[in-house]
Amino acid sequence: MNAVYFDHNATTALDSRVLEAMLPYLRLQQGNPTSRHGFGRHARNAIEQAREQVAAAVGAHPSQVVFTSGGTEADNLAILGITAILPPAQIAVSAIEHPAVLRPAHTLRDRGWQVAEIAVDADGRLDMDSLHTVLRQPTALVSVMAANNETGVLQDLAAVSETARRVGAFVHTDAVQALGKLAIDFHALGVQAMSLSAHKIYGPQGAGALVLDKRVDIRPVLHGGGQEKGLRSGTENIAAIVGFGLACELARRELAQRTAAVVSLRERLEAGLHRLDATIFGERAPRLPNTSFFAFPDIEGETLVMALDRRGFAVASGSACSSDSTEPSHVLTAMGVAPAIARGAVRVSLGAGNTADEVRAFLHALEDELTRLRSMAAIAV
Amino acid sequence: MTGKTPIYLDYSATTPVDPRVAEKMIPYLTERYGNPASRSHVFGWDAEKAVEDARAEVAALVHCDPREIVWTSGATESNNLAIKGAVHFYAGTKGKHILTISTEHKAVLDTVRELERQGYEATYLDPEPDGLVDAARFQAALRPDTVLASVMLVNNEIGVIQDIETLGSLCRANGTLFHVDAAQATGKVAIDLSRLPVDLMSFSAHKTYGPKGIGALYVRRKPRIRIEAQMHGGGHERGMRSGTLPTHQIVGMGEAFRIAREEMELENARIRRLRDKLWAGLSETEEVYLNGDLKQRVPHNLNVSFNFVEGESLIMAVKEIAVSSGSACTSASLEPSYVLRALGRSDELAHSSIRFSIGRFTTEEEIDYTIHLVKSRIGKLRELSPLWEMYQEGIDLDSVQWAAH
Repeated sequence: MNAVYFDHNATTALDSRVLEAMLPYLRLQQGNPTSRHGFGRHARNAIEQAREQVAAAVGAHPSQVVFTSGGTEADNLAILGITAILPPAQIAVSAIEHPAVLRPAHTLRDRGWQVAEIAVDADGRLDMDSLHTVLRQPTALVSVMAANNETGVLQDLAAVSETARRVGAFVHTDAVQALGKLAIDFHALGVQAMSLSAHKIYGPQGAGALVLDKRVDIRPVLHGGGQEKGLRSGTENIAAIVGFGLACELARRELAQRTAAVVSLRERLEAGLHRLDATIFGERAPRLPNTSFFAFPDIEGETLVMALDRRGFAVASGSACSSDSTEPSHVLTAMGVAPAIARGAVRVSLGAGNTADEVRAFLHALEDELTRLRSMAAIAV
Repeated sequence: MTGKTPIYLDYSATTPVDPRVAEKMIPYLTERYGNPASRSHVFGWDAEKAVEDARAEVAALVHCDPREIVWTSGATESNNLAIKGAVHFYAGTKGKHILTISTEHKAVLDTVRELERQGYEATYLDPEPDGLVDAARFQAALRPDTVLASVMLVNNEIGVIQDIETLGSLCRANGTLFHVDAAQATGKVAIDLSRLPVDLMSFSAHKTYGPKGIGALYVRRKPRIRIEAQMHGGGHERGMRSGTLPTHQIVGMGEAFRIAREEMELENARIRRLRDKLWAGLSETEEVYLNGDLKQRVPHNLNVSFNFVEGESLIMAVKEIAVSSGSACTSASLEPSYVLRALGRSDELAHSSIRFSIGRFTTEEEIDYTIHLVKSRIGKLRELSPLWEMYQEGIDLDSVQWAAH
């Protein structure tokens, strides 16, 4: 595949060092970690090493890491597992959460819970007044993502957890997009639960984790053999967990270089986008260094993305998980962006291996396609 | 003995990945890394095609429509999704009772127990002493309000094969949904869902030479079975199971199931010869008992109790072979196997059991070595056993009045 890959918030290519670490477990995966013979013990040790690596990447203790099949499962475990223990109250989620948080939260209504959405401002930042208003109702759990997958906008989690703490609510954060792109400290943020995923940080698909403060009681969502101290049954996916561990360690060690590389590329990209009169969403807010979400008012995003694909550039029109739908992004809607503009949204998410030449070529292709699409639109009218 | 020790005879806990499976997976770990849900570029389409090809391979092994296959993270999740998903969806119309078997895998038993906590009722039917479920007793246990029954096709500890066709027909006649955990069955017994009266069936890759971390759930389309999703999010898998699909693992499961379909007949004949040789060798020793029926059983499994030997010392004494005492998922505990106890085995015999599970890469030399090793170590352990001495002297141990300490 010779296309230029600008869709790192959807998934990333596996780091070759991570692949090397995984291969022995893929090729010779004898040993179920729960088995007591030597093969089983070896598998168990590999998992415990990965647990330490994941914990170190977010400043947590290894015993706080529960491995899951990915970010979606981690979000579900947090939302459904924490609330399962508690009497029905209110759960508060930001309006821009990933569906893996929003959907399980909404299922709680069937169990007598209230679901409140916390508004965001035009820049995609959490509206703290809205949070205070929402928290006037008895609230058990607040879920606010660390960084948004579409806009890359960051939230002030320390302020959120400080506010939630005062009313006795737990805080969960979906940090799937933040991991590997900025420094995260589980303790300093004051949250009680944090979701992580491997495949957004050059690790494999099929592994994730919920980092959990042990003072929070939680009920598992998967029942069975009692793996992960009973919090997540099912034979551990050793190869993917080993890969996740190393991907976390590499992300931690190389964070500064990785950030520097994408920051300069994005500056170049956004300078070009401004010349083409793009609207860049969340531009005034602190954002992930690799993400640029933009639109041209008279151009359909889906059409532009397809045109760019033909020119050899892989970008997204919304989050991959909802790429099927042509509804405007719920994130942009929550930011008050008019549907006509929101439908034009295109996301570029940069990552390892992207170069200044690729950005330059992309801007050329974009300009060509805008001209072509506008002239077609003119004919159609 | 030319091979390496320890010898792996624990294929029912997990299998090595077939090298052909690993080779097929690696491109999807390197250059073909798209997210199959990305609909806007060639990386995503390529991954999506790989996922659909693999779905067709899984469907082909069990003779169903690829659209009836839902990917999960493994059989544990499949069992959770099938049982909770169907019970939650249908309990309102059919009723609140669930029927299962006391020798099911923990992923089924614990899921049913969780539903009991939520207010459902459950019956855990014991099998017969040979491990098989009696159809008449099963029928008697079905109630008018039984919404779902769950029976495993092949037992993980003793390898017995249940008569799914008969049990499923009884469920049909009762208007009860029928779920089958087939995690231990694929590649070992032929499965034809086009004629079996089964509504939901769980599969795992890593018991069939595929990777860990991937499984599937069969959800019948005609008549259409509805399940409530247990993992919510982006709406993948037609809303039944959200979460980014791990393309390389799915590709691995597809290839593993393709190989199983093409090779199982020959492979099972070879494995059966090895297993029969192992049993012939071990049963030359006195006071050795086979657990579970020998005929209605997959050829891969041999579960044997060695009387007058203590279970833990037995495992330590044969550490040149990697085997299980009880299933891997519960071997963290020292309780005797609940499966063997459900067959009516005494705690002593349940404790002194070994599950030998043979697979694709087991050689005849390994079986010969195992027979020799186990026989000689059992002999040594019994030399140290006062119980064995008493037994040899003809003392009826059940009549002995033990002094309390």
